[in-house]
Amino acid sequence: MVKKAASKTTKKPTGKTNIETDGFGPSTVRDEVVLEVKNLQTNFTTKWGTVKACDGISYSVKRGETLGIVGESGSGKSVTALSIMRLIQSPPGAIVGGEVILNGRDILQISERQMTSVRGGEISMILQDPMQALNPVFDINDQVGEAIGIHQKVKGKTRWEKVVDALRKVRIPAPETRAKDYPHQLSGGMRQRVVGAIGISSNPDVIIADEPTTSLDVTIQAAYLRLLKQIQSETGAAIIFITHDFGIVAKMCDRVAVMYAGRIVEMADVREIFNNPLHEYTKALISSVPKLEEKSGRLPQIDGQPPLLYDLPPGDSFAPRSPLKFDEKDALIRPELIEAQPNHFVQLSRCSVKDFDKYKEKVSYG
Amino acid sequence: MTTEEKVDYSHIPPAVGCSNDGEPIIQVRNIRKWYQVNKALPFIGKIDWLKAVDDVSFDVIPGKTIGLVGESGCGKTTTAKMVLGLEEPSTDGEVPVGQIYFQGQDVKTLTSAGKKEMRRSVQAVFQDPWSSLNPRMRVSTIIAEPLEINTTMTKQERDTRAGDLLTEVGLNQYQGNLYPHEFSGGQRQRIGIARALALNPKLIVLDEPVSALDVSIRAQIMNLLVDLQDEHNLAYILIAHNLATVRYMCHVTAVMYLGVVQEYGDTEAIFANPTHLYTNALISAALPSHPDIKRDEIVLPGEVVSPVNPPPGDVFMSRTPLEVRKNHKYTKERPPLKEIGKDHYVVETPWSTVTGHDLSEFHLSVDEAM
Repeated sequence: MVKKAASKTTKKPTGKTNIETDGFGPSTVRDEVVLEVKNLQTNFTTKWGTVKACDGISYSVKRGETLGIVGESGSGKSVTALSIMRLIQSPPGAIVGGEVILNGRDILQISERQMTSVRGGEISMILQDPMQALNPVFDINDQVGEAIGIHQKVKGKTRWEKVVDALRKVRIPAPETRAKDYPHQLSGGMRQRVVGAIGISSNPDVIIADEPTTSLDVTIQAAYLRLLKQIQSETGAAIIFITHDFGIVAKMCDRVAVMYAGRIVEMADVREIFNNPLHEYTKALISSVPKLEEKSGRLPQIDGQPPLLYDLPPGDSFAPRSPLKFDEKDALIRPELIEAQPNHFVQLSRCSVKDFDKYKEKVSYG
Repeated sequence: MTTEEKVDYSHIPPAVGCSNDGEPIIQVRNIRKWYQVNKALPFIGKIDWLKAVDDVSFDVIPGKTIGLVGESGCGKTTTAKMVLGLEEPSTDGEVPVGQIYFQGQDVKTLTSAGKKEMRRSVQAVFQDPWSSLNPRMRVSTIIAEPLEINTTMTKQERDTRAGDLLTEVGLNQYQGNLYPHEFSGGQRQRIGIARALALNPKLIVLDEPVSALDVSIRAQIMNLLVDLQDEHNLAYILIAHNLATVRYMCHVTAVMYLGVVQEYGDTEAIFANPTHLYTNALISAALPSHPDIKRDEIVLPGEVVSPVNPPPGDVFMSRTPLEVRKNHKYTKERPPLKEIGKDHYVVETPWSTVTGHDLSEFHLSVDEAM
């Protein structure tokens, strides 16, 4: 029997700008900033010295928007997310500066007690590995219900109903029976849905998804990404999607920030990033992935290794890997993030931006 | 080390899509791996079989890469393990016993010298470069270990060879004195490749060689593998679930589902005209390389079914969105691979191919797909 497509999602039409932005239909972005990160700095003290894992990160997310944070392991993308959640282990880590403004107040300043209700309530996180995120000795009801109990202050039958409801929201079939199962009884895709259910159970304004699909098969991954988009269009949550895969960015995100060595090197709308990347690192990341659509010739590759964060080059940290020609003294200048074109930010350095001269009057070292 | 005599392939049984051309190193014919999951009660009980690999055949030719693609649990790693000799093909059941031929000789009949040569010629590179290198050994010892076991080289010769291999995979000779933890993921994978190259193999089994690496490093490793293949006329068996990687690296592709090859043939022929519904579903689920690329997503109903006691007929029956005709012969009998174009073979049943259908027919919403 051939089943036809039938969209059952209820979309809230209010205040939407109607631009098509992703593989999932019209955009859900609304013009209301829900989370703003300003000059966030997180340091770790190690035996090799202080590591600036997150070195002056600024970005904002609007309601219903998906912001992709792309970067290699060690680029500081997860540390930024954990800093926003105030989940940095101290010591060795410490948030040493900046502001995180969520719904109009700086959550770095509120007490730990207040933070507990924000965390998981207004802002929540979907973790990477569902097998580690779920406790094997508690059933699904306990684990989804824990978050619901804390944030919505409900018990007993009401809590149970809310658990079943959350599982239904992430499209787990037969949620009443599944809620009594233990994590090992579920498949990988189902487990990741449970982790998602915990994340969305209290209708957060911001969901931080830290590579939630890396351990999943392609078909399961596609279904999960679509599910996140559906939830977003239903609840209007903003999603910060941490990934190292530009394919996910192309499919999911409205805007992208590319991170390298603890800093944002480029940030723009998703089409702008793909059509007109300015930073050599962004260019290389996009072009070094083989394409499914055609037989690729030899892949362009980025030579060298990602830098060690305790031993960063003094100025432009991408300079040692850059394919461009530049003077050694240019590499010593610490580049600034500037708005090269409207809503297109780039960390302007002669070493890693080919069109440096075009924008040089915007920086003092031009 | 190798015999340069002409190998006789005339006695090798034919298989769909395989000819004996190109002097294959390894030929796999109808191999199966069934695991017994329970013990049957005497007379009344029924044995449950987990059919990890069921009747798979292919040829591995020098200088070419064959890709095994599919989701987890489709049997691609088990197939590779049998080629490596880490698992023995099963001999139970009603299908004729399968064989693996190494340079025209059944591996079961190899002499001990022949077995040794096969082990030298078939090497592996593993997925996780963090767990596949011994943390207590220096890199040069890791690379020279196969030489110590398989050759009569002296310590000095082995060290020289290890140094050469390090240079070949793009590392420095002095790095042989370091320990694995002093390297990054991409560098470790290079060490793994150097170890695999040590004995001048003819075939390297690559089990997801880049999926654990950072995106910027993946291209380096894939390019290195392609260069080494050209230089040494190596054959590769690439296990992958990323179709873009397969299209980039592989000459021949086998799409597997539940232990059975569903679509097989020249990689470009398959990507130009993907015919099996499962292949189309995998392609449609793959991530786009640009936000403007929109694919109609084909969502197969349900999830991968358990390989324990799969249906006697077409294994894809339970996942197809099309109607399965009752009493059709392929509900009881395994359908064969059928040639549908030059170097392009597919399991053809009324419900498993997209032939005669508009792809949008299969486009399902998430709710229904669950």
